[in-house]
Amino acid sequence: MNNAANGSMRTNFIIYGVILAIAVIQIVVAMTMGPSLGRMLVLAAIQAYLAVMFFMHLRDEKPSLRLALIPGTIFVLVMMNMIWADSYRLIHLRPFPK
Amino acid sequence: MSQANLTIEHLDHGAGVMEEAPFAIPSSKLVMWLFIISDACTFGAVLMAYGYIRNSAADWPLVFESASIWNALLMTFILVTTSLTVLFAVKAAQSDDRAGAFKWTMITAAGGVLFALLHIREWMSLIGEGVRLFQNPWGAPLFGAMFFSVTGLHMAHVVGGVIALLVVGSGYKAGRYAAKHIEIWALYWHFVDLVWMFVVPLIYLLNMKR
Repeated sequence: MNNAANGSMRTNFIIYGVILAIAVIQIVVAMTMGPSLGRMLVLAAIQAYLAVMFFMHLRDEKPSLRLALIPGTIFVLVMMNMIWADSYRLIHLRPFPK
Repeated sequence: MSQANLTIEHLDHGAGVMEEAPFAIPSSKLVMWLFIISDACTFGAVLMAYGYIRNSAADWPLVFESASIWNALLMTFILVTTSLTVLFAVKAAQSDDRAGAFKWTMITAAGGVLFALLHIREWMSLIGEGVRLFQNPWGAPLFGAMFFSVTGLHMAHVVGGVIALLVVGSGYKAGRYAAKHIEIWALYWHFVDLVWMFVVPLIYLLNMKR
């Protein structure tokens, strides 16, 4: 294995350790401070970013591929959040607005 | 050169008639990326539906005790470790080490099987406590539907990934598949791992007994 490949595997081991450490931190935070949705999502997003960029090697692909994949996916996922207003309406048993 | 020969030559090599690969990656890899982003949206929609129902239920049960949480951490450890082993398989395949690639692909598949078994144990434990799709002993009846839907969809991906790894790993060893096929299914496997990173906090940790 050449130096570049060794370096790449070393990076993968580091990312592996960081992702597992974040998984443990998530549980410790949930048990001690309470599982706030915001904290949990931020930690999960960091794990996902590391997995996509390093394990899936998206950082090594052409920037145009990243541009084609990431903004569109984030846009769709963000647009799904329009459901929350209705779920709050439901828990307060409010009728649909006229 | 006749027109027929010219056509056959072009079909053989593709040069001159075919467009160059978009984003400088093989089309099959691009297809896997497109599948992954569409699947990410599917999981996003399922998790949003779970959030909607959880948020609108006044008596949503908080059921997971520390044993379930540690079990989830063990499952995370196994899945993230298989992400590393599948990278070893890709490295071996790229070096044309067929035996090595086969070995690491099988180790990854074995990790996937272990993950699925731990998950089934978790399911059986909940079913033993009385959780069904539309009823449970604690509160909002849809808890079971959401838990089994989200984790079941993920487990279906794990099982599908294990089958794909077995087929591609043994096919690569036998010379039926190329290194790029191992790489493409490794991408899928990382995605399965990535989804689990959201399932644990949203399904297990947010529903932890306090």
